[in-house]
Amino acid sequence: MDLLTDLAIILAKVIGLTFMVVLPLVPICVYFERRFSAIIQDRVGPNRVGIPLTLFGAKKDFHLFGLVQPMADGLKLFLKEDFTPSYVRKSFYWLAPALTVIPSLVTVCVVPFGSPITIGGEAHKLVIADLDVGPLFVFAVSSLTVYGITLAGWSSNSKYPFVGGVRSTAQMISYEIALGLSIIPLLLYYGDLNLSSIVEHQAAHGWLLLPFWGHTADYPLAEKLIFLVPAVIAFIIFTTSIFAETNRMPFDLPECETELVGGYHTEYSSMKFAMFFMGEYAAMVIGSALIVTLFLGGWSMGFGLDQALLKDDAGNWVWFSGLVHMGVFMTKLVAFILFFILVRWTVPRFRYDQLMRLGWVVFFEAALINVFLAAFVIAAPQLGWLSTIAGLVLLAVVTGALVWVLKTSDPKSPPNRGLLGQN
Amino acid sequence: MAVIKVKRPELGAGEKFYLGAIFKGFLVTMKHAIDSLRGKTRGAKDLASSGLGATMQYPEQKWDESMPEYYRGAPALVTDEQDRERCVSCQLCEFICPPKAIKITPGEIPSDDPWAKVEKRPKEFEIDMIRCIYCGMCEEVCPEQAIYLRKDYAITGLDREQMVHDKKRLYEIGGKRVGLVNKWNELK
Amino acid sequence: MSEEASTAEAKLPKDVAAEKGLVNVQIDGVWRQVPKGTRMIEACRSFGTIVPHYCYHPKLSSPGNCRMCLVQMGMPPRPTPGQDPTYDEDGYQPIGWMPRPVIACANTVAENMGIRTGGELVENVREGVMEFLLINHPLDCPICDQAGECRLQEHSVGHGRGHSRFVDMKVKKPKNVDIGPRIRLDDERCIMCSRCIRFMDEVAGDPVLGFTQRGTYTTLTVHPGRKLDSNYSLNTADICPVGALTSNDFRFQMRVWFLKETPSIDVNCGTGANITIWTRGETVYRITPRQNDEVNSCWMPDSHRLNFHYIDSDERLTEPLLRDGASHRQSSWPDAIAKVVDALKSHAAEEIAIIGSSRATNEELHLIRKLADQLGTEHLTTVPRIGESDGILIAADRNPNTNGCKLVWRREDPAFRLSAIRDGVREGRIKVLLNFGEDLTAEAGFDVADFEKLDCLVSMLLLAGPTAEASDVVLPGAAFAEKRGSMVNVTGRLQRLNRALEPRGHARDDWEVLRDLSAGVSNVSPFDASQPQLIEDVFRDMASTVSEFDGLNLSKIGDLGLPVTETGVTIPHLEDERARKAAGQIVG
Repeated sequence: MDLLTDLAIILAKVIGLTFMVVLPLVPICVYFERRFSAIIQDRVGPNRVGIPLTLFGAKKDFHLFGLVQPMADGLKLFLKEDFTPSYVRKSFYWLAPALTVIPSLVTVCVVPFGSPITIGGEAHKLVIADLDVGPLFVFAVSSLTVYGITLAGWSSNSKYPFVGGVRSTAQMISYEIALGLSIIPLLLYYGDLNLSSIVEHQAAHGWLLLPFWGHTADYPLAEKLIFLVPAVIAFIIFTTSIFAETNRMPFDLPECETELVGGYHTEYSSMKFAMFFMGEYAAMVIGSALIVTLFLGGWSMGFGLDQALLKDDAGNWVWFSGLVHMGVFMTKLVAFILFFILVRWTVPRFRYDQLMRLGWVVFFEAALINVFLAAFVIAAPQLGWLSTIAGLVLLAVVTGALVWVLKTSDPKSPPNRGLLGQN
Repeated sequence: MAVIKVKRPELGAGEKFYLGAIFKGFLVTMKHAIDSLRGKTRGAKDLASSGLGATMQYPEQKWDESMPEYYRGAPALVTDEQDRERCVSCQLCEFICPPKAIKITPGEIPSDDPWAKVEKRPKEFEIDMIRCIYCGMCEEVCPEQAIYLRKDYAITGLDREQMVHDKKRLYEIGGKRVGLVNKWNELK
Repeated sequence: MSEEASTAEAKLPKDVAAEKGLVNVQIDGVWRQVPKGTRMIEACRSFGTIVPHYCYHPKLSSPGNCRMCLVQMGMPPRPTPGQDPTYDEDGYQPIGWMPRPVIACANTVAENMGIRTGGELVENVREGVMEFLLINHPLDCPICDQAGECRLQEHSVGHGRGHSRFVDMKVKKPKNVDIGPRIRLDDERCIMCSRCIRFMDEVAGDPVLGFTQRGTYTTLTVHPGRKLDSNYSLNTADICPVGALTSNDFRFQMRVWFLKETPSIDVNCGTGANITIWTRGETVYRITPRQNDEVNSCWMPDSHRLNFHYIDSDERLTEPLLRDGASHRQSSWPDAIAKVVDALKSHAAEEIAIIGSSRATNEELHLIRKLADQLGTEHLTTVPRIGESDGILIAADRNPNTNGCKLVWRREDPAFRLSAIRDGVREGRIKVLLNFGEDLTAEAGFDVADFEKLDCLVSMLLLAGPTAEASDVVLPGAAFAEKRGSMVNVTGRLQRLNRALEPRGHARDDWEVLRDLSAGVSNVSPFDASQPQLIEDVFRDMASTVSEFDGLNLSKIGDLGLPVTETGVTIPHLEDERARKAAGQIVG
């Protein structure tokens, strides 16, 4: 009986969180992206599609600010002819969209959506799988998306998709290194890989990037403020790498329209194309969720409000706190997605060599130094002043050496002007 | 032509991080977005904007009144003051038409017609509006001032046949045009 | 080398030229040698300088009345008695330029003459002439059929002043005058060059045109009580430099700038007049004569030039037809060919007869001959078509390729078996009749009733009619404008037809059908390497058996043709033209 209940709860979590929270977020993202892009570009954006009352004889449609547009888009993609070109490698061609969308959705299972929710006196964590290796699981699974993209590019048996697929592979592999290295300082700091615990910690002691409440003897303000330095560096590297991982502007070289038609999904249509589309936006949602969870306090309201409002006298979460926290988490998520869009319309696209240089030369080394810096910051109180100074000097030397390497690796040869440079 | 070599400006240490510039970029974009939301987009007023960005809400709002004189809409044939078709089917528009949208079947005016002295007029005059690119070359080349680009821009049809404007439709769109040179007057 | 140079130095250029019957003329500053007695305009033309002109036509007399060809002329000053002529270092005398221009069309060159076709004087007089010509011009180019090939338009752009200074009323003249069954006259457009008058007088021999009135009121008109109804009247529209005379047939059909020109030859009589086929898309709009001084000069008869409307008429056959009871049903080419091949294979050689046509090209005749040899039948003939020569261009032989048939079939009279075949059909000895391009009920002398005795009548035809009606298999063929090939005219000149159109509908080029039949009879695919795939292959095969065509191919024939055999027949008009040339009436 217990087993059945557990199963039912797990199923409810899976269905509820994956299919009722994350998947609907995808069309909502698309809607926000279109509206916000339009506003940035002095346009209106989709504002028509609502409830078509005129179809049923009414005088006016109910336009709902175009909120039904994503549904209409989805319906359109669903009803379009699913065309498979004759020259593709069929099995891989069919496999690729699934390989893109499934990993993105699987990663959802370690993201904590809120504090535990209490039903019938029993607390249930708002996370599908409360793994102790949260971030690692996310990296492990989400890097599988690259197979989908590579397979799509290759099996399409067409030039542009192939170039798109190759670019994507190179780009995602490159940025995974920076991605992984950049969160090591955090793990050192939290001493834990469980995302729920990380969020709990931030709810209690202040967000990593906003540590202005919940000071205790173990976590004094000064220490948190000093750690802000490696944290901010980690944040910048991590966020930028997430942009690159999700193939978003300014790193959307695998599918840049001006060069590659549609990139790796040029030959796809109908639902298969929609799955690429969904996978991409799901990756964006998961990326935002991860950033919010790691750096911005996850579901916590912050500023000590959680403690003040949502805990009973015994220090336990009140029963509805889970729902409030979920709302907070979603708000943060959407805000970060809007930031994604803001970046898209602000920063121009990178050139591929610049992209590679940024990943391998700048971020890789910066993340590496950041690991030492964070370790040093954390270890400093335990060390004597002599060791501290020695450590500082060592760090400076290592940093100097790395910066020198970076400088010398600068291409000194005349810049490649492409075909214009020849003759 | 002298070659002027422009040196790229040297970046300062802070500038090399780009983060400041990127952040400033965010602010600029956000400011623009907020202006757009408030209907303060530059030029929104002149463009009769609906209040969001510079865009006009098309089927409800139309630009017809403020359409400039030089607007190039659908090409059409015109008649003169005496309701004579001005076109004499010289086929110069058919010749000049870059997308080959015009097809003219010339014909002779019967001798019992009051305008028999003009001798020639189109038996059939077809403009394929799917092909037409609204370039206005036909208007420019016409020696009889018979074809004009009118301000009709919403040319729609449910099939290809409807998109081919025949002579009747062309005169419907064009209507009568007065004040042109009357070449075929009583002196002729 | 030096010896040659010294002898050349010793002689003056005029003596060198005189030895060859030439004279030295300086044209636009360059010394040239031209034959003595050449008109100045022709001398300039032979060195690539076209002097603008309206009334001058080399095949007509030169009245010099348009004044457009005015050029500046100069001669060496006449020496005073006792004075020796002076020579410059090249041996030429200095030219004294005349203050007034002369017309280039009616004056001949002389030794040491100078001609300037440009310069201030010449340009000014041309501008003046153009202004006068345009004073009364109605400027109705938009409705004028000549627009696009109008000399007045061209010279107005090249030599006109661009705007008019004339403020008075223009002189009104008759417009849209019906002067003949095929020609329309617009007197306001006429510039009084009198080309048409001279043509009707000198070439057509029917002087019905003339001027009346005087000065600006001069009006071209037809003789009272007469019509311009000569069979050569449409040539006046060709030579009219403006749109005064236009063709009724071509009137308002299409602007000339849309038309594609294809050089070909006329197939209405043995003369084989050289023509240009003017097409747009898949329609022939008109046919005009093309100059060939060995065949048709610059002219052709109206009856021949207008005989092209059948190409896209309603009677045109466009689908292979098979007999189905009393009527025919549409079929496909493979089925139709198979049906014919079956009929040929199931009958003995002596039961099969082939009627070819002297309207077919040499290539087609060659394939017909080969098919007859393949079948082993003796019954092979053409249909003679003898009329009366009109004494100008229409030959008595109305078949265009009788001579070609003689050469290709190696027969003196290709038509001599016709009556034998006719009798054979009537007596039931001949069971299968292959008819390539003849209407058997017309010149061939068959009755429709004769065909009932046949097992199978196969006709390759252009038009529906009693013969097609009676045929068991109808194969739609290609009209003259739709095929490439060669013919030999009455004088023995090999000439080339070029394809201006695709065959209509599913009609096919005749030689391809013949090739398919022959391949079917010998049980190979038409695309077999042994079968010809291009008309050029057929010609090559034919040239290997016909000695007259040895070493030739279709490209080598050229647009003007080549004489390949001697027939002793001449074209009356050419004789007449040579006589007038010899008499100095025309340039020729």
